[in-house]
Amino acid sequence: MTALDTAPATTTDLDSHVPPGPIAEKWDVHRFETRLVAPQNRRRFEVIVIGTGLAGGSAAATLGEMGFNVKVFCFQDSPRRAHSIAAQGGINAAKNYKNDGDSVYRLFYDTVKGGDYRSREANVYRLAQISTEIIDQCTAQGVPFARDYGGLLDNRSFGGAQVARTFYARGQTGQQLLLGAYQALMRQVELGSVALYARHEMLELVVKDGRAVGVVVRDLVTGAVTSHSAHAVVLASGGYGNVFFLSTNAKGSNVTASWRAHRKGAYFANPCYTQIHPTCIPVSGEHQSKLTLMSESLRNDGRIWVPTNRDDRRSPNDIPPEDRDYYLERRYPAFANLVPRDVASRAAKRMVDDGFGVGELKNGVYLDFKEAISRLGRGVIEQRYGNLFDMYRDIAGEDPYRVPMRIYPAVHYTMGGLWVDYNLMSNLPGLFVIGEANFSDHGANRLGASALMQGLADGYFVLPATIAGYLAGQLGQPPTPTSAPEFKDAEDSVRERVNSLLGVRGSHSVDWFHRQLGKTLWEKCGMARNADGLKEAAREVGDLRQRFWQDVRVLGENETLNQSLEKAGRVADFLELAELLCQDALHREESCGGHFREEYQTPDGEALRDDERFAYVAAWEFKGDGAAERLHQEPLDFEYVHLAQRSYK
Amino acid sequence: MTLNLTLKVWRQDGPRDAGRFETYEANAVSEDISFLELLDVVNEDLVAQNREPIAFDHDCREGICGMCGVMINGQPHGPLRGTTTCQLHLRHFKDGDTVVVEPWRAAAFPIIRDLVVNRTAFDRIVMAGGYVTAPTGAAQDANNIPVPKANADLAMDAAACIGCGACVAACPNGAAQLFTSAKVAHLGLLPQGQPERWSRVNAMVQRMEEHFGSCTNHRECEAACPKEISIDFIARLNRDYLKAQFKDRRQLLRATDVASEE
Repeated sequence: MTALDTAPATTTDLDSHVPPGPIAEKWDVHRFETRLVAPQNRRRFEVIVIGTGLAGGSAAATLGEMGFNVKVFCFQDSPRRAHSIAAQGGINAAKNYKNDGDSVYRLFYDTVKGGDYRSREANVYRLAQISTEIIDQCTAQGVPFARDYGGLLDNRSFGGAQVARTFYARGQTGQQLLLGAYQALMRQVELGSVALYARHEMLELVVKDGRAVGVVVRDLVTGAVTSHSAHAVVLASGGYGNVFFLSTNAKGSNVTASWRAHRKGAYFANPCYTQIHPTCIPVSGEHQSKLTLMSESLRNDGRIWVPTNRDDRRSPNDIPPEDRDYYLERRYPAFANLVPRDVASRAAKRMVDDGFGVGELKNGVYLDFKEAISRLGRGVIEQRYGNLFDMYRDIAGEDPYRVPMRIYPAVHYTMGGLWVDYNLMSNLPGLFVIGEANFSDHGANRLGASALMQGLADGYFVLPATIAGYLAGQLGQPPTPTSAPEFKDAEDSVRERVNSLLGVRGSHSVDWFHRQLGKTLWEKCGMARNADGLKEAAREVGDLRQRFWQDVRVLGENETLNQSLEKAGRVADFLELAELLCQDALHREESCGGHFREEYQTPDGEALRDDERFAYVAAWEFKGDGAAERLHQEPLDFEYVHLAQRSYK
Repeated sequence: MTLNLTLKVWRQDGPRDAGRFETYEANAVSEDISFLELLDVVNEDLVAQNREPIAFDHDCREGICGMCGVMINGQPHGPLRGTTTCQLHLRHFKDGDTVVVEPWRAAAFPIIRDLVVNRTAFDRIVMAGGYVTAPTGAAQDANNIPVPKANADLAMDAAACIGCGACVAACPNGAAQLFTSAKVAHLGLLPQGQPERWSRVNAMVQRMEEHFGSCTNHRECEAACPKEISIDFIARLNRDYLKAQFKDRRQLLRATDVASEE
């Protein structure tokens, strides 16, 4: 890894295309100035959408409804399965229904601060503006949000905010929002404006004369590799948390669509910004295949603590208050148990690292509802969190109504992703990236209940407005025919890659490699990182990648449903991404949000940013296999939010 | 605590191939792992022996995506009530148990491979009318229409359906009434769902009957449902469907009038 020992080649040439003018007017002015496609012309345009989560599903449904010809692809058997469905706690919106001082400006401010001042102000402001429309739209679709006794919408509070602005549908908010988008999408499929390709996976982006003109996909049931051409391609393929193997992501979540686009020229921004969620169920053994998150909303009523004595073997209910350390309440009196995720996660890690962990493996901290149950009654707690408590009992085998939950942080969300401008278009014209797949709005740390907000803002409102501006310039031009050599080459490379994966016939399964990769990253590029560890990790990942291509065992053939083959392609891409992740983490010599470098911390252990050197977006350009990636910087200017050391004390 | 289990798993190479049971031993597996993690362990063994692993659908592994689901000893999602296969842990089995694992058995869900089936028929029911027509951007303020809490809660009970197909797999008739009724009830209980209430139920029932068998009130669906959706919603579906024959008729008549004028 020569790339890691020298500073990366750097340029500062990225234009975010943020419109001028006061921040509150940017989006309105920009929408007015963006070119339109007239209704009768929309059917002349083809748009491809990859992924059917909140972002992709809402975008495909909206574009279809507007009259564009849409093709939408997902690897699951139905668009309703996308992992947005697993989001539990809620969705933020600046409605101020609670009259507690919320506003668009406050949501904007909280989000930029929560992101540790590493996001683009104009994007975040737009997100906060649109947040209110999302709630209106979803309610109109029949999303059964929680209501109070007068029939109006209810709210709860979430980490990183001092107002209650989170809308929710029990512990299944993501499910209900996704079903709303899915139902709107299926209506368009019935009407013929959207063609749906389930059990299909995008394996190449096709680029012609510097523009994205289509994709190559593989039918996961038959193995058929086919080309699809379009005027624009929208990636809504989610995040890359599964690079760590153990994460709260669905097993199928992967980076392949984004990574294939990166290899074709799309810049990958801030890959080191990975979020570790503080309230997950601790690892229980070696065969564990994924980690389960318990909604952060639990921190509204649960109190987090560890015993003050490392060797306290008593059952938690027998430990008296004076022998308990409610460490979040102690260290952060203002926000207490509701500090942002990165702060809560690191605090838990410190407790466990210092030997205060609880449970058989001493790898968790307590989240205790005893007091809330005696104050509010079991019924209220059941109504608020019933399904989460059931889930915990099923997995951990303990009843959280009687015994405190044990929780520990786990990889959950990735703030990094493909670089996009204000229009959500990547540096490759015609390639748009929305939802978790892009890097845009959360900076170095995402606040709870903001992922759903961003996915739906992008899909329902932002992309449908901005994509028209791009398409208008192509009126009268047919899409590139799939007989073009660029499509042929892309198909050939997909087939070649499939054949090489099947041809290795080595000695270790795909999962074996994936677990090794995850172990290295979690230990050396996880919740806390340092330069030596990152260099080691990059070396280990490089070796593992070489070994993968010599020694992986993928049985079966291409022409049938072959789940090992699917996994192998995804893990091969994770192995490449992992090196970039380490490189990005190494080059960013500061701590911010989810990226914590042990060398850069305040005396009391908080993240220490370096705004002089690192107030920029790091967007990496692929320069070929084995070559160092080139760094492009987009400087971040803060006109409205005052840069400060984050404090939740 | 660890267990030794014998698995008899349905293997089928493709939709048109004959299937067979194969027997695998899973020794000293932890009781804390989930049923799908058990299949992972068996698959790792199979790959080590150069045998193709068992294909099975799964994704979120936290009981919400609806992708997983197999028959475990003849019961969809296994013996534990209100639980998906991914959330079923081995502590609910006994050391030495023999466990029979099959795909969903239903004509409307053809087998793709091993334990993987095609559930597109569910999507087709939703396509027929399982939505509220609400073009993006046209919505009024969300609090303009209050919804009685009881209605909202009941709608949420119905909306909790994950579309896994256990109800169909459990039904001796392969009927999809529980799935369809849950969506019809979810939308029909909310004010936003009223304008299309009668046309929706007609269209969804019609589409359902193209693919699935008929309901004869066995209640197996309710027992198998991992989200414990009540068959009360089927009663509601039947009532709405009956009413729709009168209420939706005006629209039908109007459509005929327009047609005869042209």
